[in-house]
Amino acid sequence: MMRIVALAIASVAGLVMLLSPFFPAMESVGAQSSEIFNVIAAIAFILGAGSLVKVNLSRVGRRDTGWGYALVTLLCFAITLVVGLGKIGVPPNPQFAATPWAGEKDAAGSAFAWIYEFILTPITSTMFALLAFYVASAAFRAFRAKNREAILLLGTAFIVLLGRTFAGVWLTGGFPEWASGLRLENLSMFIMQVFNTAGNRAIIIGIALGVTATSLRILLGIDRSWMGAGGGSA
Amino acid sequence: MSNEHRSPAIVVWVMIVLAVAAVVGLRIGLGDGMARAYAERVEMRVTVKDVATPSGERVVEWVEWRSVSPADFSRAVRESPSQDRVQLNHANSVGLWVAALLTLAIFSFLYRDNTAYRLAEAIIIGVSAAYWGVIGVWDSIVPKLGGALAHRWTTEYILPNLPAPTTQSQIGMGVALVLGILLVLRLVPAVGGISVWTMAFIVGITAGAKIVSHVESDLLAQTVATMQPLVQPVDGGVWTVATLWASLPNVLVVIGVLCCLTYFFFSVEHKGIVGGAARIGIMYLMITFGAAFGFTVMGRVALLSQRVEFLLDDWLWLIDPLERRLVDGVSMIVGTGGVW
Amino acid sequence: MEGVLGILERLDRRWVFLAMALAVAGPILVMGITRKTLPETPTDASRAVFQAVQSLPRGSTVLLSFDFDPGSAGELEPMGVSMARQCALRGHKMVFISLWPLGGQMIDQTIKKVLRADFPQLQDGVDYVNLGFQAGNEQVMRVVLTDFKRAFPTTKSGRATADLPILSGIQRVGDFALLAEVSAGYPGSKEWVQYVVSASGGKLPMVSGCTGVQTPQLYPYFPGQIRGLLGAIKGAAEYESLINTWVLDPASAAEMASAGADSGVAAAIPPKYLEAQRRMGPQLGAHLLMVVLILLGNVVYLAQRRSQRRAAA
Repeated sequence: MMRIVALAIASVAGLVMLLSPFFPAMESVGAQSSEIFNVIAAIAFILGAGSLVKVNLSRVGRRDTGWGYALVTLLCFAITLVVGLGKIGVPPNPQFAATPWAGEKDAAGSAFAWIYEFILTPITSTMFALLAFYVASAAFRAFRAKNREAILLLGTAFIVLLGRTFAGVWLTGGFPEWASGLRLENLSMFIMQVFNTAGNRAIIIGIALGVTATSLRILLGIDRSWMGAGGGSA
Repeated sequence: MSNEHRSPAIVVWVMIVLAVAAVVGLRIGLGDGMARAYAERVEMRVTVKDVATPSGERVVEWVEWRSVSPADFSRAVRESPSQDRVQLNHANSVGLWVAALLTLAIFSFLYRDNTAYRLAEAIIIGVSAAYWGVIGVWDSIVPKLGGALAHRWTTEYILPNLPAPTTQSQIGMGVALVLGILLVLRLVPAVGGISVWTMAFIVGITAGAKIVSHVESDLLAQTVATMQPLVQPVDGGVWTVATLWASLPNVLVVIGVLCCLTYFFFSVEHKGIVGGAARIGIMYLMITFGAAFGFTVMGRVALLSQRVEFLLDDWLWLIDPLERRLVDGVSMIVGTGGVW
Repeated sequence: MEGVLGILERLDRRWVFLAMALAVAGPILVMGITRKTLPETPTDASRAVFQAVQSLPRGSTVLLSFDFDPGSAGELEPMGVSMARQCALRGHKMVFISLWPLGGQMIDQTIKKVLRADFPQLQDGVDYVNLGFQAGNEQVMRVVLTDFKRAFPTTKSGRATADLPILSGIQRVGDFALLAEVSAGYPGSKEWVQYVVSASGGKLPMVSGCTGVQTPQLYPYFPGQIRGLLGAIKGAAEYESLINTWVLDPASAAEMASAGADSGVAAAIPPKYLEAQRRMGPQLGAHLLMVVLILLGNVVYLAQRRSQRRAAA
């Protein structure tokens, strides 16, 4: 029964989104459905947080390997939550000074803003910055010109790597006007506008066809894998 | 790990820590130091309506601290040595050190996995989960759910001039609240199965929206964009070199798209003409991936540059590209003789 | 294999990491001390972004969507800063939104760095406004298609959008003169094209700044669906140089003065508006290192293959 209702909800919701752009009378229903979705998306953050607490609490409770780190995670979670929801250190909002909770949660000087600037930003940014090192290591260890296709790939990579920096200008900037198309910076743009566009366009078209087919299968109840265990296909 | 491997690792760790300590020690000793933040005191004063007072008004006063550059502090002290309007911001100065140490902790993973990295990882998992939750609550749930279903309470305590909700929005937010509660019940194994209704709503909305958007923008529009003239005459000439060069990009794009699509079509065996087209498609895709690699490198390196800039500029005060520590043409890196 | 090739074959990857660190830190130190930047030659895609903002009638209302977070700020923040700067110099009104949770703070930083610092005469709510973040990804885009203020009922500071002068003529997203989007991934430029630009029938022009990873994927949309494209930090540097060239042109001074800005008469560009160009220095170092590493790796590979063939023979 629960699964049948779920299938009906998915099909009706999908049909509304499918038809609302084509029928003006359905425009407001479509917008309302999207609004409901947006609020659920915000509530999903709470679900994510709750799941994190549940998993880490059980790790600490069972004294699993590395349970100390789980404790640190829970502590940081709790502090950030209290500081953010409680608007600790947030000054009054100049436009609504009489309203007690009107201040911006991340106003300058607040504890939430401090956490953003000195904990969240440095760790997040540095995590992504690590990738630059791994790209270099991968280039040295794995990029081998084993066949024609690999040579083509590497050759293009060289042109783009050099052409999109001052190295391209320095190396080939002296080419005469009639050969300006062979300058690395122009060659790299030609590759992007012609070959890359063609390749990615084909990928985009292919993905569009695949997404359309999969979405139709979901709306028609043929594909039920999203329901989890026991879902599968009709 | 055997003792043989542990000894060199410990030696390297000690060397790394000593190197960092040496650089930090030098910077603290040389010039005007490092890693300090300053703020300017701004006194705020707002008159608000209050029916409880005889005059019907009251004054709300508070102090805000706004970040200023170290050079601004230096100039303020030079103008008036006894001033206290611009001061050292202890919280942010400590924050700079915390940020730098966390940055180095993450970078330490490049040598090998270690406690400092794992600690930083644990911190960011907890902080980011809570951070997103707080943002979801204050930016979406309170104005939309609170504004529709508890409008009086929301406007009295949080968002004073939120417009009154319509009946349609109240019904909609009521449905959203119910579906949201069903979703959160996923955490309770005994009743978690009911969250599938909310998942059904999410999946249905997404699938329906994607059909329209992908067909319109990725299928039709991209097909139209591929239909470019194969001959681009230049100055009216058709069989000229200039026309040939001008037409070449369009010809290559059309051939490329058709051949790449042929490569992705697996219902027909890639033999003969189809096989030839598929081989050309592979060549195009290899060039595409080579270009993607080049741009990916560019993207990653830019992120690394920003972190290195933070360490060298904001923390160590070794460089000053934004001229935040330039006082009358003298850099604080070498020392301005000021009081800090 | 013995000698240099043997060393390369057995090279610990941490030496490669160290080389990358030096290739990036070296130019940063040099450029930070000398305050010199490398010259930039703008491409058509960057020029198109610049022209898209320049060609709007003065006082147009532009929607700027900052869909990125601190993890991508190294590449994208200079783009956002330049877009806000050019809009302010042209006297356009700016409505900032974000579909990423941390995007609201990125907008705050840009407003503080550009608008409050260099355009203090601009008023919050009248000339610019930060509407902050809304959850929902593409579904937010679906709502703004028909009712913009429904998707963003309040500003980030809590004011109701229904009362804002800057949004007085805005019912739906198509009422904006331009959509300038800075994108780190999902949701981002691709989704704006799929759900908004296509649905508006081409009436809402869009320009995009995106990460290096996304750039090749967005090129098929240029110039049909995306009028201008800033690809990676190079695109940001080109765009910066276009604005700086325009600002330093004496012919532009009068135009910018009428917008309330006096930067048109400046003899030099403030260093904060050279951030992307500064970051092209470490790009040069890193890219050269990548080329060398790939070549060295293939030299080792070819030598290995030759010795294997000799052993087989």
